[in-house]
Amino acid sequence: MNEQATTGRQVLLQGNEAMVEGALAAGCTFFAGYPITPATEISEVMSVKLPAVGGTFIQMEDEIASMGAIIGASLAGAKSMTATSGPGFSLMQENLGFACVAEVPCVVVNVMRGGPSTGLPTNVSQGDVMQARWGTHGDHPIIVLAVSSTKDCFDITVKAFNLAEKYRTPVIILSDEVVGHTREKINLPHPGEIEVIDRIRPNMPPEWYVPYEDNSRGVPPMGIFGDGYRYHVTGLIHDVRGFPTQRPDEIVPFLNRIHRKISQHFFDILMVEEELAEDAEILVVAYGSVARSAKRAVREARQRGVKAGLLQLITLWPFPRQILEPYLRKVKAVLVPELNMGQVSREVKRINQGVTRVETINRIDGNLITPEEILVRLIKM
Amino acid sequence: MGYRYEVRLSGSGGQGIIMAGIILAEAAGVYDGKYVCQTQSYGPEARGGASKAEVVISDEEIDYPKAIKPDVLLAMNQKSCDAYFFDLKPEGTLVVDSTFVKQTPTTRAIAIPFTQIARAELKKEMVANIVALGALATLTKVVSLGSLEAAVLARVPAGTEDLNRKALEAGINAAKLYMQGL
Repeated sequence: MNEQATTGRQVLLQGNEAMVEGALAAGCTFFAGYPITPATEISEVMSVKLPAVGGTFIQMEDEIASMGAIIGASLAGAKSMTATSGPGFSLMQENLGFACVAEVPCVVVNVMRGGPSTGLPTNVSQGDVMQARWGTHGDHPIIVLAVSSTKDCFDITVKAFNLAEKYRTPVIILSDEVVGHTREKINLPHPGEIEVIDRIRPNMPPEWYVPYEDNSRGVPPMGIFGDGYRYHVTGLIHDVRGFPTQRPDEIVPFLNRIHRKISQHFFDILMVEEELAEDAEILVVAYGSVARSAKRAVREARQRGVKAGLLQLITLWPFPRQILEPYLRKVKAVLVPELNMGQVSREVKRINQGVTRVETINRIDGNLITPEEILVRLIKM
Repeated sequence: MGYRYEVRLSGSGGQGIIMAGIILAEAAGVYDGKYVCQTQSYGPEARGGASKAEVVISDEEIDYPKAIKPDVLLAMNQKSCDAYFFDLKPEGTLVVDSTFVKQTPTTRAIAIPFTQIARAELKKEMVANIVALGALATLTKVVSLGSLEAAVLARVPAGTEDLNRKALEAGINAAKLYMQGL
């Protein structure tokens, strides 16, 4: 009956607690944050566990400063993280843009609650999907991952750190109130069983170091403050040495490179899960806690003879267009259930271009969409 | 689809409902080796009124984490009994704390005075939740009693192990008496 791995340690954890375990397993040594419902447990557990392993926990005065602190810590060589919810995530947007342009690896968790503004502090929502993509101004690359279970909270947090380090970029994890607070039994793997990636450091003599020079990966090696590789860090568009520039022949290659470093590694960043999707006539596209309702709904639909399948998105941005497109050409209809007024469905419709029928279920009353709601619609479709 | 068993524990804030939910989930998940999901009421409704904790137990990975139609409902006060009874599966089991639940919505309700037992036998009303857990496990066999005891002892504050062990036994005995028709 029990086919779970026997190695590691079995524990009952909330999603928020599992995120802390994931961060520590990935090598996080710095956390700065400001407590907010429903993300508070992440700060709470970090404040106990991080100092115990020699790391640093700081409760900041607000989320603007939290984001600034994790950028500074990362430039000084630490793997750093913060966690918040909608209102705090809004405050982080300015410095998030700085991290994109200065190419500073860091992980930002947003445990989504009802919005806008202070909204519904204790209720579940998925209203920040577009904010995660476009909340900070200007064209910028970003990686956004969505979690749906306690196990995800561990695994995807490890992945988020790895992607941040590999591509020198902020990575946003979108969780939600249901995922954050549900307790599940999980198997915490031993440290040796986890793939941990560290940023590439320069290995040339310090005086030869050109901090923002392009290479085949598009990701320059990162000098650490204090190790002799001195360079200038700015939010202004900069040349390969890190100093502000207004020269078109430097601006364009820089902006193209920071976008290319994500786009050329698209399939390395892309994560989806498919459930009964291969021969599906109706495809449900879901993410986060709603994906769990959707999984149950498609299984029940199959029992009633409706050929439904689930495409669960883990990577939300860059949007998994290449995975979705072949489905759009072969299914009779697509259903996108989400806890907002239609943010991922908008992207699905944009890619669909009228090829197939796209329907939505949008729940904004602060409660999780139930399997029954999705099942009823699947039967009608 | 695999086996799925849903338990809803309910009562008022302060009766230890959420702690009982965590202990039950730990017993079934960590000690009995099953898959578990535990959720609870959160926010203003969790402070007083009808507070609830849910535990879903399965032999395979759990999709939807909340209870859909509970197999068992534990109601530790009248308000939660009234609020949640109608969610129960038609053939489901209703267990009430008869100290506070005076009107049961069905004649099949299992009424045991958990709080009265805690007061009289253990001199501590606060262990009524553990008494109820002992009874619930005995009546439904949802978790093994050994696992439940291990989970209780791992969660309760140091120095209260004996008290909680006795509370568990009191609940088990009360349930056995009920099953014998006494």
